[in-house]
Order: sequence, then C-alpha cells, then structure tokens
Amino acid sequence: MKHEAVSTHSPEHLKKVEINALGFWIYLMSDLVIFSILFTTFVVLGHNYAGSAGPGELFSLPYLFVETLLLLISSVVYGTGMVALQDNKSKTVLKALGITFLLGAGFVLMEIYEFYDLIAAGHTPRQSGFLSAFFTIVGTHGAHVSFGLLWMLIMMYQVKTRGLTLGVCSRLMQLSLFWHFLDIVWVGVFTVVYLAGVV
Amino acid sequence: MDRNKINDALGLGHLSTAKYIVGFVLAVILTIVSFGLASFQGATSYALPGLFIAAILQMLVHLHFFLHLDSSSKQRWNLVTLAFSILLIFIFVGGSIWVMATLNSRMM
Repeated sequence: MKHEAVSTHSPEHLKKVEINALGFWIYLMSDLVIFSILFTTFVVLGHNYAGSAGPGELFSLPYLFVETLLLLISSVVYGTGMVALQDNKSKTVLKALGITFLLGAGFVLMEIYEFYDLIAAGHTPRQSGFLSAFFTIVGTHGAHVSFGLLWMLIMMYQVKTRGLTLGVCSRLMQLSLFWHFLDIVWVGVFTVVYLAGVV
Repeated sequence: MDRNKINDALGLGHLSTAKYIVGFVLAVILTIVSFGLASFQGATSYALPGLFIAAILQMLVHLHFFLHLDSSSKQRWNLVTLAFSILLIFIFVGGSIWVMATLNSRMM
C-alpha cells in the first residue's frame, strides 16, 4: 500500500494530473458555449407565447428562491469538502459530499416537481416557443446537475474504498469545478429565464 | 510530504473555509438583490439592467471565491481559455440576438 502510494506520486503522474485539470476546464468552456446557445435561443423565442401563459403567470419566485439557495449552499458545502481534502481528512470529505448530494438532489426534485406541475396544467413544451426554450435550457441544466449527483455518488464510493489517492483527489477537484460551474450557469438561468421574464 | 505534492499539483493548499463563507454571504446578498428587483417593481426601467449587473457580479463572486480563478501563472491557461470562450460567446450570442431583433422589427 505504502509502496503504491509512492509510485503513483511520481513527477510524471503529478504533471498528468495538472494536464487533466486543464483538459477538464476546456470541457467546461465547451459546455459554457452550449449553454450560451441555449440562452440565445431563449432570448430569441422567449416572448413568443402563442396565446398561452407567460412567465408572470407560471413562475413562483419564492419557490425559485429556495431552489437557488439549495444549489448555492450545496456549492459552499462542496467547497468545505475541498478544504478538508487539502487537510487530508477523508471523513469530513465524505460528510461534505453527502450533504452536497442531498442538497443537489433537493434541487433536482424541486425542478422535476416544477416541470410536472407545468405539464399537468397543460403548459407543455409544444405550447409555445417560450415554453420550448424554457424546458430546453432548464432541462439541460437539470440533466447536468443530475449527472453531477451520479458522479458524486461514485466519488463517495471511491473515497470510501480507495481513500484520498492522487487519482481520487484529482477527480474530486474536477467535480468541484463542474459543480461550481453549474451554479454559475444557474445564476444565468434564474436571471435570464425566470426573473427577466417576470420584470 | 505526499499530501503537499498532491495539493500543489491540484492547486490546493491555500483554501480556507472563511473564503467560502465570504463568497456565500456575497452570493446570497446578490441573489436577494436580484429577487428583490424582480418582486418590487417600483423602478421598472432600472430593474432589467440591475438584474444583469447583479448576475454578472454574482458570477464574478463565484469565479473568485469558489473556483479560485486568479491571474497566477498556474491558472494562466484557464484564464486564456475562459477569455477566448467569452469572446466567441460575445460574437455569436450578441450577433444572433442582434440579427433576430432586427429581423423582428423589419417584419412588423
């Protein structure tokens, strides 16, 4: 065990981890481009209500505020997990990952319930250009968060079984970038899609 | 020793809970400002620009306090790729919205 730990921390391995981190960052930038295109679509189509309900009637700001806070708090809790990671406290890392997972799951469940509520009331994506664009951008963000949650489960398993090895730390770092990135995208979503529509 | 090497390779080692808390407080304040602007439409003409300013400020808060993006040499390529992405996004988002808005007004 000790021997393995030494051999996996060779300069080449450490260099590879740095290159991987940059590669993951470039993936995030390409994801940013995808979201920008969806934002553009929303801005172009967002006022085409086709006679059906608009944002003022459909969105509840208090509900959205709770959703936003859940995601924001989950981001900070993940951050405290990274502080524990640098101090080599694997128990605290696991705890932070678990709380982040629950908060993120709460966010996704609230989003699913919102979609369910809209569709049950007849506000489906086919109703208007506005609703098509709305479901596309919010759904894409929700899908990203869901994959982040799946990744988080896998990382909790890896921390538990392998401990804080170089590989596990590297992936935890990438997941942190992913998670904070999704929170930044959410700032754009609640501003452009929800609040700007209500104003 | 090993821990320090890993921290160094991952750009860790300087993180503190206090920094996350400061970022969190700033983000919550900006979120409340955004929701406040949307809820109380006393000054309607200021609401939309205010919303976008609050959003951009909050994104910068996230980048600084959560993603720890700075101008250190380790982060240079992260900054360069981010700047390039923003340039591209500015061209195609701004361009698309401009074209579609013009088209819209011509069709009226």
